[in-house]
Amino acid sequence: MARHVVAPVAEIPPGGRKVVEADGKRIIIFNLSGEFFALLDRCPHQGGPLSGGILCGLTQSDAPGTYRFSRAGEFIRCPWHQWEFDIRTGKSWFDPRRTKVRPFPAAVATGAELAEGPYVAETFPVLVEDAYVVLEA
Amino acid sequence: MNLIRPIASPGRPAAATLGLVDVDIHPRVRDLSEFRPFLSEAAWHRLVTYGIHARHGFHKGYPFPKAAPLACRRDAWPPGGGPPASDLPFLREQLLDRYDMDIGVLNPLQPSGQGDVNDGLSVALARAVNEWQVEHWLRHEDRLRGSIVVPYEDGAASVEEIRRWAGDPRFCQVLLMSRTSEPLGRQRYWPIWQAAAEAGLPVGIHAFGYSGHAMTNGGWPSFYVEEVQEHATSAQAQVSSMVIEGIFERFPSLRVIMIECGFAWMPSLGWRLDATWKRLRDEVPHLRRAPSEYLREHVFVSTQPIEEPDRPEHLLDTIEWIGWDRILFASDYPHWDFDDPRLAIPSTIPEAKRALIYGGNARHLYRR
Ligand code: FES
Repeated sequence: MARHVVAPVAEIPPGGRKVVEADGKRIIIFNLSGEFFALLDRCPHQGGPLSGGILCGLTQSDAPGTYRFSRAGEFIRCPWHQWEFDIRTGKSWFDPRRTKVRPFPAAVATGAELAEGPYVAETFPVLVEDAYVVLEA
Repeated sequence: MNLIRPIASPGRPAAATLGLVDVDIHPRVRDLSEFRPFLSEAAWHRLVTYGIHARHGFHKGYPFPKAAPLACRRDAWPPGGGPPASDLPFLREQLLDRYDMDIGVLNPLQPSGQGDVNDGLSVALARAVNEWQVEHWLRHEDRLRGSIVVPYEDGAASVEEIRRWAGDPRFCQVLLMSRTSEPLGRQRYWPIWQAAAEAGLPVGIHAFGYSGHAMTNGGWPSFYVEEVQEHATSAQAQVSSMVIEGIFERFPSLRVIMIECGFAWMPSLGWRLDATWKRLRDEVPHLRRAPSEYLREHVFVSTQPIEEPDRPEHLLDTIEWIGWDRILFASDYPHWDFDDPRLAIPSTIPEAKRALIYGGNARHLYRR
C-alpha cells in the first residue's frame, strides 16, 4: 500500500467529502467532525457509485411508536437501492459481517511530517505549515 | 492522482449471448412544455391551467414517499439539468452504452395522462406522449423502442391510438398501468385487447397508476414498503380477471407482460385458480382449459425487482413453473430500484437460461 496525500485538510470540511483516485481505485474521503475516513466508491450490493449518495444517520426503534435518531451524517446511503453503510467501518446495516464497503486508512499529517516521504507525488504544493489528508491505498 | 477517470463501462453480461434487451426504461419530459407542440391550444391551456389529476386524494404529489426524489437513482440526474431520463445523451452514457444494450423499451409513466380524472386531457396527453417519444427519442436512437401509451379508461380513444401507431416498427407494445378503474377483463377494456391483437402487439401492464380505489383490499396502507408489495396483488387481480372473463379465448393471439410486478405469485395463483375452476367450472363455461394454461401461454413477466429468496433454488422452481421463455430482463432505469444487468440476474440460473432472460425471450416476443 502506498501513502497518498489527497487534499489539504481545509479542502474537506466537516460533513464534506471528496472523491479521489488512488492505486487505480475511486475512493471517497469523508470528514466526520474532523476525523477522516475513506471508502471504496463502489457499493458491494450491485456496484452503485456511493459518492452519488446522501449522508444520513441511524434511525432505530426499540418498539413500534418510539424512534431514535443518532449519529447524524455518519452513514452513506447508496444512490441506487438505499442500503446504508457506516462510514467509520464500511459495514452495511443489514449484513455487517458479509456486506461491507472496502475501507482504507486515512489520517491527517502536517506538511512538516510529509517532507520526510516516501509519498506519491501530488498536484498541489505541500506546505510545511499546513495539514493534509493522507490515504493508504 | 486527483484526476478522476470516469467509471469504466463494464459492458453486457457475459451470459447475454442472445443479446441484451431492457424492457423497462422510463423516459421523462424535461418539463411539460416539451408536450406543447403535440397538444391543441385547448389541451395545452387545460394542462397548464388545471393540471394533471390522478384519480386519488393526493393531487400534489405521491401518496407515499419514494425513497429518493422522483423515485430516481440520485446519480441519474443529468449534469446538464432536467430530471432523470430526460436527456438522451446521458441515458445513452448511463444505460445503453454502459451495458452495451441492443434494445431498450421506453415505458413513459406520469406525466402521461393515463388514468387522469379528465378523460379529454387523458386522451390528448396520451397522444402527445406518443408523438413525443418519436420526436425526442426514437428518431434519434435506433436502439430504443416506444410503447403506445393509451388512455385506457376510454376504449374507443385507446383503439384509435393503437391503430395510429400499429404500423410503425419503432413501437413494440401497448402500455397500460396495473391499477385501473375496473378489472382489466371487463368489457370496457375489450376494444384495447382486440386492437392490440389485431396489430400483433403485446400489451405491457406496468405496476402503479392511481385508479381512485384504495390500493389494497383493506384500504390505504401507511408505508411505501407496503405500496411496493401491492404490485403483486394488483397484478394477480388483473390477470385473474383477464383469464376468467375469457379474454384469451376471445383474443387467442394476445400476449401481456406484467412489468415490475414481481412473479413468484404466479405459480400459487395458477394452483388456486385451477383448484377453484375444477369445482366451479360451470360458472365460467367459456373457459376451455385450466386457468393456469392461459397464464402460462399468454402472460409474460419482467425481472425487476426480482424475488430474492434465501434459498436460490426456490427462484429456479418459480421460474420453472412460469416458463423460462416467459421472463424478460428489465432495469427500471432511472428509478432508485434499478437493476444492474450484470448483477441482478443470479448466476444460480444456468447460463443458457440467463441468455433467454437477457434478450432471447424479448426478441421473440416483440419481433421488432
Ligand atoms: S448498488 Fe448500492 S444498494 Fe444496491
